[in-house]
Amino acid sequence: MYRYDDFNEAFVRQRVEQFSQQVARRIDGSLTEDEFRPLRLMNGLYLQLHAYMLRIAVPYGTLNAAKLRQLAMIADRWDKGYGHVTTRTNMQLNWPKLPDVPAILSALADVEMHAIQTSGNCVRNVTSDQFAGAAPDELADPRPYAELLRQWSTDHPEFAFLPRKFKIAVIASQADRAAMRSHDIGLRLIDRDGTRGFEVWVGGGLGRTPMVGQLLRDFLPEADLLPYVEAILSAYNSFGRRDNKYKARVKITVFENGLDKFREFVETRYAEIRPQFDGRDHALLAEISQAFAAPAWKTAPTNAHDAALADPVYRSWAETNLAAHKNPEYASVTISLKKPGETPGDITSGQMRAVADLAVAYGHDDLRFTHEQNIVLPHVHKGDLPAVHAGLKAAGLATANVGLVSDIIACPGMDYCALATARSIPVAQQIALRFEELKLENDIGPLKIKISGCINACGHHHVGHIGILGLDRAGVENYQITLGGDGTEDMVVGERAGPGFAYDQVVDAVERIVFAYLDLREGPEETFLQTYRRLGMAPFKAALYPDKETSRAA
Amino acid sequence: MSKPFPPKVVTANALLKGDVVYLTANDDWSPNLSDAEVIEDEAHATIRLLDGTARQAEVVGVYLADVKVGTQGPEPVHFREAFRARGPSNLFHGKQADSA
Ligand code: SF4
Repeated sequence: MYRYDDFNEAFVRQRVEQFSQQVARRIDGSLTEDEFRPLRLMNGLYLQLHAYMLRIAVPYGTLNAAKLRQLAMIADRWDKGYGHVTTRTNMQLNWPKLPDVPAILSALADVEMHAIQTSGNCVRNVTSDQFAGAAPDELADPRPYAELLRQWSTDHPEFAFLPRKFKIAVIASQADRAAMRSHDIGLRLIDRDGTRGFEVWVGGGLGRTPMVGQLLRDFLPEADLLPYVEAILSAYNSFGRRDNKYKARVKITVFENGLDKFREFVETRYAEIRPQFDGRDHALLAEISQAFAAPAWKTAPTNAHDAALADPVYRSWAETNLAAHKNPEYASVTISLKKPGETPGDITSGQMRAVADLAVAYGHDDLRFTHEQNIVLPHVHKGDLPAVHAGLKAAGLATANVGLVSDIIACPGMDYCALATARSIPVAQQIALRFEELKLENDIGPLKIKISGCINACGHHHVGHIGILGLDRAGVENYQITLGGDGTEDMVVGERAGPGFAYDQVVDAVERIVFAYLDLREGPEETFLQTYRRLGMAPFKAALYPDKETSRAA
Repeated sequence: MSKPFPPKVVTANALLKGDVVYLTANDDWSPNLSDAEVIEDEAHATIRLLDGTARQAEVVGVYLADVKVGTQGPEPVHFREAFRARGPSNLFHGKQADSA
């Protein structure tokens, strides 16, 4: 794992010290809220509906047992004994009290963590593939590039006041598990004629105006990464709109100017910037890469796993929650934080400690938070999988549903978020419970439901196979459904099915869609998304709005 | 005749804890909506909003929220205010737990 050097550590400590004084001055009345608000946001502290919320950065979702244990300690000592994994692979605490926040930040700094740049119009947490360093299909571990970008963008003076927030994702395989094309900049590591470089995608984003990222450069030599990304940000800083918050993201800059024009801006800046980079970034990358070296794989018998497959409970977990590893003796384990009836992404302090223990005992002390609000143990030897499963089961974390209908992404919505227009968590809870009751989950197969509590789309509803957006329609919660969205390398924004549904109708509506799929599919191998792509909206719409059909027929 | 003024309360979040509070007739901040001063007159609402906003060292984000007057005093009109008055619906945390 990447370790902070002295400079980084000093910087984080200094920020904690500064913020402690700012909090003290806010509490004694010498700072007004208008003065304090930007300062607290710079340190990840939001004021939500019922309490403050602290968003703790987990760069590219990677952490280790010591960090997770410290998060558990913080949750117990200063919050309500749990944390919430977000779709930007960060962790949110929902109940910190203002006077305690400096102590929390200091406790985070003890394990090289912080809450810097988790808010505001800056470069946010750089995300990556949750199976980075483990996936058999990756060219190389993409995280050194993510870390390079993180270091470069942290406190970069030119990019502290961008027109809007800015999100970057880096992947290194054809399969996109990080929703790379929904980012302001998406980078895919590729090889061309033996040279390493990147595809550079730009202008993706969800929110009010969902857009799929476009290819800005089909090959950027690896060595030019920082100057080129800096040129994009610089072009955006100059040409991005600041007059209208809703038109300020780079996707709008690209859209309004056209990709070719935007590319010209970037290339012009690039020509100016390129000579200023003297190769220090390459030395830094080399240094960072060492910190991401693969662990020392062990060689041992794997028959414990094969034998355990005789147990149907273990088998069903193995089928859904394990992913192939580049070392055939290993697997990556996804720990579902989606037990039906629980809040998607929530994990108690006790569970955090259990996961930390398993990571140390069986997972080379490596852990990942995923944008789908789960946790991954990327490197587990197959011989250890039964022990990991048993440990997870004891902690209430062995839910076998990854990628299935109850593995729902849901943003905090109106149960916590001050910006929300409707609740999303209880909708997710009820859908998961309904399908658990129906016992159809495995039969239904891969199906991604994603729920946002407002148009900001933190729940990625646009790219859900079934997307649900909670709105306020004349003072009543109302849920709009979109179908056919896809967050992978074939990214598609879902299509709106029709009028929205009331809070107490939305679970039935989802059930009708899923039953329609079961009737329409050509066989169990055809997934929901494939069926939707084959048949389009019409038959699903008919199932969703049966009354309309009958009234038209009548 | 002017049109009727929908009754209101002054509400905010407490500076230290961040929880939802309401301005009472005695100029205290109460965590319970039922304790809030119900304001039925527009001019008075403007004054009370200013009173609340002036108390920067105690609260954040002061505004007027619509209420209806029931048997237990003021009740929320909009569902957002109902959640603010009660706490989240997924976990028994916040006000609902504090007052239990
Ligand atoms: S989508 Fe809206 S409601 Fe949900 S977390 Fe984001 S801002 Fe809040």
